[in-house]
Amino acid sequence: MNELLLRELVPAVIGVLVRRGADFASAEDAVQEALIRALDTWPDDPPRDPKAWLVAVAWRKFLDAARAEASRRGRELAQQVEPPAGPAPATDDTLRLYFVCAHPTLPQASAVALTLRAVGGLTTRQIATAYLVPEATMAQRISRAKRRTSGLRLDQPGDLGTVLRVLYLVFNEGYSGDVDLAAEAIRLTRQLVALTDEPEVAGLLALMLLHHARRASRTGPGGRLVPLGEQDRSRWDTGLIAEGVAILQTALARDRLGEYQAQAAIAALHADARNTAETDWVQIVEWYDELLLLTDSPVVRLNRAVAVGEADGPQAGLAALADLNPGLPRYAAVTAYLHERADDLEQAAERYAQASRAATSVPERDHLTREAARVRQLLRP
Amino acid sequence: MKYLLLKHYRGGPTSDVDWAPMDQWTPEEVDAHVRYMRDFAARLEETGEFVDTQALAPDGAFVRYDGEGRPPVTDGPFAETKDLIAGWYVIDVDSWDRAVQLAGELSAAPGPGGKPMQEWLEVRPFYGVPAAVTE
Repeated sequence: MNELLLRELVPAVIGVLVRRGADFASAEDAVQEALIRALDTWPDDPPRDPKAWLVAVAWRKFLDAARAEASRRGRELAQQVEPPAGPAPATDDTLRLYFVCAHPTLPQASAVALTLRAVGGLTTRQIATAYLVPEATMAQRISRAKRRTSGLRLDQPGDLGTVLRVLYLVFNEGYSGDVDLAAEAIRLTRQLVALTDEPEVAGLLALMLLHHARRASRTGPGGRLVPLGEQDRSRWDTGLIAEGVAILQTALARDRLGEYQAQAAIAALHADARNTAETDWVQIVEWYDELLLLTDSPVVRLNRAVAVGEADGPQAGLAALADLNPGLPRYAAVTAYLHERADDLEQAAERYAQASRAATSVPERDHLTREAARVRQLLRP
Repeated sequence: MKYLLLKHYRGGPTSDVDWAPMDQWTPEEVDAHVRYMRDFAARLEETGEFVDTQALAPDGAFVRYDGEGRPPVTDGPFAETKDLIAGWYVIDVDSWDRAVQLAGELSAAPGPGGKPMQEWLEVRPFYGVPAAVTE
């Protein structure tokens, strides 16, 4: 049995323990311990029934911890020794876990960590490595998050919006350490699609698949960023694109548009085009207009300005930037690009250099520095 | 033994060669510089001497306590980048000499025309853990 199959069992096993009367925080701890033991012993000694093994080991860990806690407090453990059978189906358990782990009262970083551990079945160490923090820090973050969720009832409907936001955050973290967080986010979103009936969940899955399809072409030699217009489109994963488009079309047909569906529609139009010139920019601008109606965010306006620049020319794009705050992330980079398209190379070089100083990652900084250098070279006689 | 190789935006005991800002290099010169820095980290990983590397954005501020019930005082953004820390490597090597050798290599990162930039790097030993056996 591989690690992924093992991880897929984790939410259901937590659900079993909770239905037997364990509180969420203790159940989750017990399953994490069982998981670590499984990772350790299964390669040499695989169980016949993996789920039953996990339930048995986790339940024992839970009882041990509960007994230790009870004796610490000088009290007898009254119940919980005979597990009552629970009637609720496992799918509901898993859906509730998503809601608890991404509860709106949790700080985002905590919701992300808790989701990856309890729903994703990752170990604390793997999550810590992926987010470049010490394992003890991550363990603390998770246990504090669980304390905050301790008053929550597990049978309440949750906030799907924050769940989707958390999954998209995980997706955007990409790949670091030994865990492919983008692939993990896709797996968790796929699972959520099976548990819910909301077109926006499908919209998010489509968006992730369409972005993921371009991953290989997004970085050049040595980790260099390659912008959309310069990507080698023959390296795009057509299988993922086809799947993303099909999922999106089914979602859109239900006529309940949301921001993820609209973003996926934009990504699908890019995926559809053989190059920038053949891209249907007019339709992309229309989707950005829809998106603005759904969520009037400055970031959407900024991206819309790029699309307007392609559809109606760079001056129109610059005009679309007019009432935006120049302090926005990527504002200078977008302005630089539009000035270059308008043949104002002086301005473009200046803005690219400015954008590189405002970059929020080293690859982005290096890319923008190089863009400034490229435009300055064009200016030299 | 762990050492910090500290890179400043500009600075050191004598002034650096006054290189033009990177956005005024050619794109190929930028690429060569970026590649050199990346290969340096990869080489350290191969030799088992790499611990950590981080880069810092140029913005930020000085901050200090300003008394009970008052918000901290900030002074910033910085007026100039001179002497600001740009980033660092942490290396784990056998000797001071090896740390100096590696800092020398890092300082040879190519600038315009492929010439070594010869930027000053600050090399600082970490305090270690107290020895278990001292007698």
